[in-house]
Amino acid sequence: MDVLIDNADVLFRAFGVTLKLLLVSGLLSLLFGTVLAAMRVGPVRVLNVAGTVYVNIFRNNPLLILLLLLFFGLPKLGIHFSYFNLNVLALTLYTSPFICEALRAGVNSIPIGQAEAARSIGLGFTQTMRHVVLPQAFRAVVPPVASVLIALTKNTSLVSIFGLLDLTARMKGLLNDYPSQLWWIFIGIALFYVVIVELISLGAALLERRWRIA
Amino acid sequence: MAASVLFDAPGPKTRARHRLYGVVSAIVLAAILGAIIWKLWEKDQFAYRYWEPFVTPRIINVLLEGLYKTVGAAIFAVIGAVAFGIVFGVAKLSDHRLVRWPAWVVVEFFRAVPLLMVIIATWYYLDAQPGNPAFVALVVGLILYNGSVIAEIVRAGINAVPSGQAEAAYAIGMRKSQVMRIILLPQAIKIMIPAIISQAIVALKDTSLGYAILAPGITVAGKLVYGEFRNTIQTALVLAAFYIVLNLLLSALATWVQRRYVGEKQVEVVGGIVQSQPDAGASGAGLRI
Repeated sequence: MDVLIDNADVLFRAFGVTLKLLLVSGLLSLLFGTVLAAMRVGPVRVLNVAGTVYVNIFRNNPLLILLLLLFFGLPKLGIHFSYFNLNVLALTLYTSPFICEALRAGVNSIPIGQAEAARSIGLGFTQTMRHVVLPQAFRAVVPPVASVLIALTKNTSLVSIFGLLDLTARMKGLLNDYPSQLWWIFIGIALFYVVIVELISLGAALLERRWRIA
Repeated sequence: MAASVLFDAPGPKTRARHRLYGVVSAIVLAAILGAIIWKLWEKDQFAYRYWEPFVTPRIINVLLEGLYKTVGAAIFAVIGAVAFGIVFGVAKLSDHRLVRWPAWVVVEFFRAVPLLMVIIATWYYLDAQPGNPAFVALVVGLILYNGSVIAEIVRAGINAVPSGQAEAAYAIGMRKSQVMRIILLPQAIKIMIPAIISQAIVALKDTSLGYAILAPGITVAGKLVYGEFRNTIQTALVLAAFYIVLNLLLSALATWVQRRYVGEKQVEVVGGIVQSQPDAGASGAGLRI
């Protein structure tokens, strides 16, 4: 127990690193994932294929390998990023396909009859989108996107292998310094992650309740 | 283009416009790909000396041995995780609070904590043990994490069996354990198989985390290769190819099993999104919201 209290400042700083990674790569993944989803559901054949190929390659390849490739590969090509940016880049490239698939599943969950009905009562394209398609799509998308973000939270732990001092890296440091305190250190640091995960779940549950069909 | 909720069937003008977009985007994509290849070329990354290891029998053996260990770890992990998942999934449905709540805590905990952390902590815990603590730590971590996810799948699978089945079993005089063992589990497992195969993909991808504790496997074999030949880019690409091919094969298997044995019915919690679980230590398969 003491080991956690004595190192509280270090742990909270590490918590900050994890949170910052989560926020930056989460936002970028949402952006890039949306672009990918648009490519995959759009009418342009070339983009459909490109999106599908990207998603299948990056989704089936472990994040660790992607990090290896970028971490050791980019400097060899004369491209230099800070450790933070490099890790964010890898997390974003890896997480975006999952966001894309979650969004696409949301759009696909809407029966075509909804759009046809909207058009037949005279709604235009933007009206169909705004009043009929998107509200339903958003609702369907909340739970899967939340689980992607939860996965991202846990995936940020990989940055500890690639030069950033996040919670997992600090756990390793503390385990080296205080081997006898293993259980306190493990459970104490795990709780930080549990807090983030529960917050995301809670947020998703609230959003879902808010957007539930009355 | 098939009908879509997002846009109407295009007319001739729109089709012409889409063709234009197609050409433009093809050019842009080709430019991006070309830039990457050119950059690799410029830095001499296609040089034979960097690729030679992958056609050298000695190195191929090192990689195949690593692959063997990796697949072994994944198989141990999946078997252990299924056992863990069935025990905890059933425990979560228990009528006894003293069984239900601890099972709930364990499952929720290991689903929320990064796998890498569990693996590292287990490794430190096993540190002084004889044998191969790194490999054991990797497998134990994979079992705890994937087992927790499978516990959720099991719980959902059992709940997906029509309630008339259990009622009928009770009506002919079966006991609680008999109903679970003879009636519910066999039917539930059939529904769950595609979800479990998808989880096996996750486990296979996560074996790469053995890199952090130098557990024997293909990633560590790769580390040896690029340590000797200074060809990190090429090694990473080869490793990626191994993983992508294996995972695509497993995905195809999951789809085939789904179509052949299960039909359209899916486990509710994981339904539809299980294919899209990101995982280098992380799925939230069946997020409980």
